[in-house]
Amino acid sequence: MSHIISELAYLVAGACFIVGLKWLSSPKTARSGNILAAVGMLIAIVATLALREILSFVYILAGVVIGTGIGAVAALKVQMTAMPQMVAIFNGFGGGASALVAWAEYVRMTPGTFPIDLPVSIIATVIIGAVTFSGSMVAFAKLQELISGRPMTYPFQQVGNGLLGLVIVGLSIYLIVGALSQGPVMGLFLAVMALALVLGVVFVLPIGGADMPVVISLLNAFSGLAAAAAGFVLNNHVLIVSGSLVGSSGIILTRIMCWAMNRSLSNVLFSAFGSVVAAPGTAPGAAGRAAKAVTADEVATLLAYANSVIVAPGYGLAVSRAQNEVRDMARMLEARGVEVKYAIHPVAGRMPGHMNVLLAEADIPYDKLLDMDQINPEFPNADVAVVLGANDVVNPAARYDTASPLYGMPILDVDKAKHVIVIKRSLNPGFAGVDNELFYLDNTRMFFADGKKALVSIMEELKNV
Amino acid sequence: MSAELLFAVYIFVLAIFVGFEVISKVPKLLHTPLMSGSNAISGITIIGALVIAGHVGDPLRSIIGLFAVIFGTINVVGGFLVTDRMLQMFRRKPAGQDEGKGAS
Repeated sequence: MSHIISELAYLVAGACFIVGLKWLSSPKTARSGNILAAVGMLIAIVATLALREILSFVYILAGVVIGTGIGAVAALKVQMTAMPQMVAIFNGFGGGASALVAWAEYVRMTPGTFPIDLPVSIIATVIIGAVTFSGSMVAFAKLQELISGRPMTYPFQQVGNGLLGLVIVGLSIYLIVGALSQGPVMGLFLAVMALALVLGVVFVLPIGGADMPVVISLLNAFSGLAAAAAGFVLNNHVLIVSGSLVGSSGIILTRIMCWAMNRSLSNVLFSAFGSVVAAPGTAPGAAGRAAKAVTADEVATLLAYANSVIVAPGYGLAVSRAQNEVRDMARMLEARGVEVKYAIHPVAGRMPGHMNVLLAEADIPYDKLLDMDQINPEFPNADVAVVLGANDVVNPAARYDTASPLYGMPILDVDKAKHVIVIKRSLNPGFAGVDNELFYLDNTRMFFADGKKALVSIMEELKNV
Repeated sequence: MSAELLFAVYIFVLAIFVGFEVISKVPKLLHTPLMSGSNAISGITIIGALVIAGHVGDPLRSIIGLFAVIFGTINVVGGFLVTDRMLQMFRRKPAGQDEGKGAS
């Protein structure tokens, strides 16, 4: 009887997750959606503790206290600029938990007492979970800049990774067949888990920082699939439902991110994009032309007498933590009757929606944050486009230069504004390693400074205009 | 194929379709909260971890269970909290004086 009640509680939890995700699709209901999903989780946990076979609460209590402590402190302390790595590491722990659950189930298998699908789903869970765990940790390290964000390549990388994958598959088949006759083979099982951890590391290493939105989305999908696979191991339907929801959400985001760069998933994963860096001044059309620098007071004058200004933020905004300064400058301009909008490229930053979160943190109303498709028609009517820490997503070469690695990527049409101000520390190329001819256009002026300092000095001058 | 497995596969396939239907409508504005919220949902594995950590007998399984509970709890608690923090910030109008600016 108690089993039926707990299954019904799981059904309620699953329904909460579906409705919660549905509510997440509108800014008005999103917060309630998240809370509803959390309530669903609580229902599932309480039902498990009250109705499932729990003989000792010692380890459970210890685990929940430690996990809550770490999770809560991390979630409440993290800066919004560090959100991509926080999402990555939480994601890794989810995958890790699924792998551990499968390991614990493997330990207790006895020969001849189970159907063939049990070892299959156990091994699948361990592999997906372990890859998610170690891959997310590497993504975290790259985003936190514990290791270089540039692609790490070495000879025979892809061949080596492919062989590693094949070895894992081979050992897994041996384990699955062996499990039927001889029961668990602990050493070999741990070897598969260790190799899967290595695979997660070598899979993310060659992928560069600007491609992180794709990787994080993909790892998000993996963590869902790991949970769904664990559901097959435990024959628990709420795990299967929730895991599939997360898996499909991650796959959708991965596809959107790839479309936004006009690159295939395999190109993102395997081409080590951005490992070759061009010297500044090598853009076609850059020859014989110098970028024109401006000072803060010139920028301030230009902005103060504009009718409409569009700000195009990029990862540089997050690096210099200038979101509050952006808001302050926008408010000063709005007080003068200047219309200020924001152009958000889908892959600006290091994770899907990164810029939206940063600007929302600075209290910038979300209806001023416009997607690329909405804002691009407005650039020709804008007086000034301010490019703040964005580079590859505003490179006009993407439109016509078939030789450029960026060719075909949809970009923000900042160059169509009457004036373009690029706030940047130097002429160094962006992540893709290509020089940006936007810097050399006639209507472009470069303001060489750190984003935050640049905005502060522009605001000082604005007071005098 | 056992009836149990067949049923589980049914649920898996249908849930993927539900996921695609529900999530494809999320605007770009909310991609980060969607990701971190769905991430917290994938921490549902914790209910398997709880049963393992709550069993008595095999010390190895208990230790694995303990770590699974720790990992799962970090994922669930951290994921939902951080999503809530983000979603608090999304407002249509500039915040009035009565509302805090959010931790930063």
